[in-house]
Amino acid sequence: MNRQAQAVVLLLLGGAVIRASLTDLYLNYVKEGLRPFLIAAGVLLVAAAVMTLWHELRPARRPEAAPAGADGRAGVDGRAEQAGHTGQGDHDHGHGHHEPRVGWLLILPVLGLLLVAPPALGSYAAGQAGTALSSQQRQSDYPPLPDGDPVQVSVLDYASRALFDKGVSIGDRRVRLTGFMTTGPDGQPILARMVLSCCAADGRPVKLGLTGNAPAGLADDTWVEVTGRYSDQVTRDPVNDAEIPHLDVESWRQVPAPKRPYE
Amino acid sequence: MTAPERAAADRPDPGAVDPAAGPVATAAPGVRREEPAPVATAAPDVRRDGPAPDGGAGRGRWLGERIGSVEVLAALLVLLIVFREPMARALAEPRLQTWTTVFVSVMVQAVPFLVFGVLLSAVIAVFVPRSFWARALPRHPGLAVPVASAAGVVLPGCECGSVPIAGSLIRRGVTPAAALAFLLAAPAINPIVLTATAVAFPNNPEMVLGRGVASLLVAMVMGWLWLRLGRADWIRLPRRPELDGSSRGRAFWAAVRHDVIHAGGFLVLGAMAAASINVLVPERWLQTLADNPVLSVLALAVLAVLLSICSEADAFVAASLSQFSLTSRLVFLVVGPMVDLKLISMQAGVFGRRFALRFAPATFVVAVAVAVGTGAVLT
Repeated sequence: MNRQAQAVVLLLLGGAVIRASLTDLYLNYVKEGLRPFLIAAGVLLVAAAVMTLWHELRPARRPEAAPAGADGRAGVDGRAEQAGHTGQGDHDHGHGHHEPRVGWLLILPVLGLLLVAPPALGSYAAGQAGTALSSQQRQSDYPPLPDGDPVQVSVLDYASRALFDKGVSIGDRRVRLTGFMTTGPDGQPILARMVLSCCAADGRPVKLGLTGNAPAGLADDTWVEVTGRYSDQVTRDPVNDAEIPHLDVESWRQVPAPKRPYE
Repeated sequence: MTAPERAAADRPDPGAVDPAAGPVATAAPGVRREEPAPVATAAPDVRRDGPAPDGGAGRGRWLGERIGSVEVLAALLVLLIVFREPMARALAEPRLQTWTTVFVSVMVQAVPFLVFGVLLSAVIAVFVPRSFWARALPRHPGLAVPVASAAGVVLPGCECGSVPIAGSLIRRGVTPAAALAFLLAAPAINPIVLTATAVAFPNNPEMVLGRGVASLLVAMVMGWLWLRLGRADWIRLPRRPELDGSSRGRAFWAAVRHDVIHAGGFLVLGAMAAASINVLVPERWLQTLADNPVLSVLALAVLAVLLSICSEADAFVAASLSQFSLTSRLVFLVVGPMVDLKLISMQAGVFGRRFALRFAPATFVVAVAVAVGTGAVLT
């Protein structure tokens, strides 16, 4: 890969990162807080590409390169020397052997971001991993739920209150949660939401069993908003043997995928 | 690469050239003009020149008269845009789709750390004079190791950034033992990582202490081990002629370009491996290992290597592996930032394969031993 091609790859990578972070695409892969760093990194990549092209294409390059070849330093590089002598003098080929070929691989993330743009982790990933609630994250006390009827809570919040607080801080309140549908090991419907701490590689599902008027006939990965009350029913996730709390559903409706797919 | 070239490359100062290199240089013009490449010298390249040899340079140059990398790149991109639809359909299969999501997100997560790490390493390579390191680090290498390990505490970053920085430090004359101790310590015990660990284990503050102490110990032990057993010729930093002789601005951007492309390429390899493991290894396999104390330590140590999770995030994953003992999860936290697939891939790229093949397994063994010991004391 010669230097011009490297510059193009840097430009593409920087452009792809900037584009992903200016649209909401990046939220499918990382936390929101990374955005300023992504933009800065993208700008730096573009700057590196522009400076590389500037140094490569400036006519002043050639007279400088010639003495460098003559002082013996480039003499080690048989090919550089030969390129100069045979007059095929394409500068970037002269330095071919330390221009890393592995750099071609950087086209893959560019493709991933610009052409494929894979969706956020969904039902498949949720089925592979065990529910993320462990006694480690148990808090000592849970503050009362905010006002509202029904009150909007996250799947993670509901699940930890239901499991570790035995639903005490939920009481008889109606709650509304948003998540995607996935099918449990016994075919029962499960409401799941992925939790990220850094990037999708560490994404883990929080799973919620549904009783009562549970959504039926929906394909996996369909996003729904469910309204319901605390249920003391608990099952175990066969993947990691952790407890899965339940929600007694009163009503549900299908919703479009949220802008922030992770909690 | 010919033997003299290799010798020159091994030397800390790339400016010095073995006089034996002369014949190569003078022999080259003797080759007939039509013959594109000195095949005799190009062929050994393939075997010796590190993990990413440009072994086909001869062929490339023959084609290069008409088709250069830019043209190949352009053709590739056009093809991909044309075949976008069938490609997207092929990737819709859930397993493949999850793979793509994980791969892309590992890359997106790592790019800022990679770019900032590369910038810092380019600053070290171009703007910080060699004399600075001589003054900043104790002269005795045995003392420089703990100082460099402690210096790792102040650099918040993940492991992808610290590999090029360590390469730059060695290039600038820092003793490899100290640079390697820094390489291991920086991603493992910086404030961000320790805070993340405290958040992930609210009921076990001893995990934060254990992680800090064990990681610092491993970094120092590896530094001293290198002093006793390490051989300078295992480390083969690629020759970088662009770093000397040209203006500072030009050298700086050349270093940035080279490191992003080089380390970034190996990062892609590592991210692909991590995504594959993520998709292929179902978590329920781990469940069966959790009950045996020895197997659980080994399982999480190997998992840390395979998963290649960023050091800022691994504490949350460790917290969720609640079926495992605290000691085995401490092993996971100590091994992860020091040895993992993407790090091994990047180390092989930056320091050479001979180095990575020895350094990574040694670090793995030391990290597991120290973490088990620390875990036994704390819990």
